[in-house]
Amino acid sequence: MAQIRKKGTRETPAMSTTSLPDIIFILLFFFMAVTSMKEVTYKVKVSPPSATEIQKLENKSLVRYIYVGEPMRDFREQYGTSTRIQLNDQFADIADLEQFITLERSAMKEEDQNVMTVSIKADKDTKMGIITDIKQALRRAYALKIVYQAGARKAF
Amino acid sequence: MARKLSPINASSMADISFLLLIFFLVTTSMNVSTGLTRRLPPPLPPDQQPQDIDINKRNLFVVKINSMNQLLVQGEELDIRDLKEKAKEFIQNKSNDPDLPARFSKEFDLLGTMEYTKEHVISVGNDVDTQYQTYIDVQNELVAAYNELRNELAKDKFGKAFEECDEQQQKVIQEVYPQKISEAEPKNYGGTN
Repeated sequence: MAQIRKKGTRETPAMSTTSLPDIIFILLFFFMAVTSMKEVTYKVKVSPPSATEIQKLENKSLVRYIYVGEPMRDFREQYGTSTRIQLNDQFADIADLEQFITLERSAMKEEDQNVMTVSIKADKDTKMGIITDIKQALRRAYALKIVYQAGARKAF
Repeated sequence: MARKLSPINASSMADISFLLLIFFLVTTSMNVSTGLTRRLPPPLPPDQQPQDIDINKRNLFVVKINSMNQLLVQGEELDIRDLKEKAKEFIQNKSNDPDLPARFSKEFDLLGTMEYTKEHVISVGNDVDTQYQTYIDVQNELVAAYNELRNELAKDKFGKAFEECDEQQQKVIQEVYPQKISEAEPKNYGGTN
């Protein structure tokens, strides 16, 4: 519609902010899509070892995690300070591991069951004894694809 | 005459979505999991004792880590910084040393005839008290040895890094340098216990 401009002082029109919510929403959706909620609440203290030749873990839905480390301060009274295993949200023993893997595997889609990866997220000061036990249990459970979680580092 | 409706004030919409955005920023963690991938050997049948597979001694590269995180490589004490070079020397066997793995000639798809040590095995053993970080360091150095060899070959033959090669080229290079790091059956290698 044509308007006849009135004579007088010209004002710069206020900038339209109607598209601002849309922009923010796009940002919001981006963050919702790329981030994942924290998997579990840690009950053990884990600071992973570092390495240089690390690979990115692909396809997170195929990965199950085993946490190994000393119990957090809140749990020390109950569980002591020796290294423990955490599966999902609770402490576990080596003996529970096989059943855990079997359960997790049967909960997966059939075509994914063979490509299940188990990620061992262990503290860098862990003794290898417990890791070896975990590895043996994983072998018995036929979870042969494993990842030793490690952070990045530049050479020595 | 229709009454003119005043448009709903939507300026607070931006604030609401900002709040949501900040909530998601705070609650989510952008952690990318990274690590060293390994494949475990299938389990032994329960009635079978672990038996020593007969591997020619020259084809075997033994790395043992004791409870004090010291390395014994091929019967000699070695610093972890020298492990990569030693492993590369073993995998390649450039000088055709009779103590290092046997070399075989084979016709490869894109590379032509090449000699490679197809029967070599790297075995990593550790003590119960070995620190996890040291074990990862050793695994890491061995993987690094393979990666460097692959890179060298890729640079030599295709003029670019292994990562930049296409799928077929990568596959051929992996055939020349297959990663053979075996996880030994657990044993106790002398220590404090």
